[in-house]
Amino acid sequence: MTYIDYYKVLGITKKATENDIKKAYRKMARKYHPDLNPDDKEAEKKFKEINEANEVLSNPENRKKYDKYGKDWKHAEEFEKAQQQQQYQRGGRQGGSAQYSEQDFSDFFSSMFGGGSAGGRGRNVQFRGQDYNAELQLELEDVYRTHKRTLTVNGKNIRLTIPAGVKNGQVIKIKGYGGEGVNGGPKGDLHIKFSILNHSKFKRDKDNLYTTIELDLYKALLGGDVVVDTFDGQVKLKVKPETKNLTQVKLKGKGFPVYKKEGQFGDLYITYKIKIPTKLTTREKELFEELAKLR
Amino acid sequence: MEQKDFIPIVQLCEHYSVKISFFNELHDMGLINITTVEKTSYLHQEKISDVEKMIRIHQELNINTEGIDAVFNLLQKIDSLQNELNKLHNRLRLYENDY
Repeated sequence: MTYIDYYKVLGITKKATENDIKKAYRKMARKYHPDLNPDDKEAEKKFKEINEANEVLSNPENRKKYDKYGKDWKHAEEFEKAQQQQQYQRGGRQGGSAQYSEQDFSDFFSSMFGGGSAGGRGRNVQFRGQDYNAELQLELEDVYRTHKRTLTVNGKNIRLTIPAGVKNGQVIKIKGYGGEGVNGGPKGDLHIKFSILNHSKFKRDKDNLYTTIELDLYKALLGGDVVVDTFDGQVKLKVKPETKNLTQVKLKGKGFPVYKKEGQFGDLYITYKIKIPTKLTTREKELFEELAKLR
Repeated sequence: MEQKDFIPIVQLCEHYSVKISFFNELHDMGLINITTVEKTSYLHQEKISDVEKMIRIHQELNINTEGIDAVFNLLQKIDSLQNELNKLHNRLRLYENDY
């Protein structure tokens, strides 16, 4: 266990007034506050140190005790005993804060001031823990259906239900899975940002899907059937005779599921790209020439 | 947008012990969007997480709304730079794994 120079932590001298301490604390807190330093473990650690320093130095009684015994912390126990004795004689102890969380303070602090808050009038400022941010990469196919997934974030396994239709860049918040709070404050949240990769043949725009299929010239001219892949299986489509190149048809309800609206789907838009035959045989050329003469 | 997605500002003021003027200032700054329906002001629930952060910054760090605006702009920049960095790291990892 090492001695912590709380004055150094706050960047002040031993002559600092209450106002100087307050100012220094505010300045440091603004620099290292978890909300201003997302995903920064070092800042979180530093923020805890600053709070600990402020907890001690902003309370005149604790400051006095720290100044007297700080470097020789082992004597603090005797000091504590004497204090307790005095308090007992006065008819009762002064209570610490029930919301104190021991792990937020250093061993040095616990040794000096016991397991509770810094005692006395106990200025116990609580801060919410840091929010953690994580990114989850999923394929477009994965988010077509609601499914469960287990993620490991900061060593914790989190079983997560991923609703169908989640969008690229969408962020969901999982309450209480962020960093530990300071001074018994609530835990932060975990923000998961979805990064949806698309290696499918579909282009997604909100809940609608777009795809292009090649149509051979004869089917475009004479009409016929084509089989189209969708996320929900194959669909047989009737192609009208004399279909023009880049004609777009809409398959209602065959698009992507609408986020958190069960049973609702966007539409699927199919664009026909007509494929012109190449490497014509002599006979084919003759027939096309004959056709050309007819027009 | 459905009605249930909106939370009355009065309710938020009560819950977070914040004055209504704070929300109005955030709205004037363009940090939040207050919707008024039949003389009642509402905030969309999607913004709650951001608003909680703004309240913490305001209450715990004594930062006024102008400061919050500046902080949020910078946080957005950091976020986009961080995303860019992650993407580049991922791409770099692909090459490194090849060799």
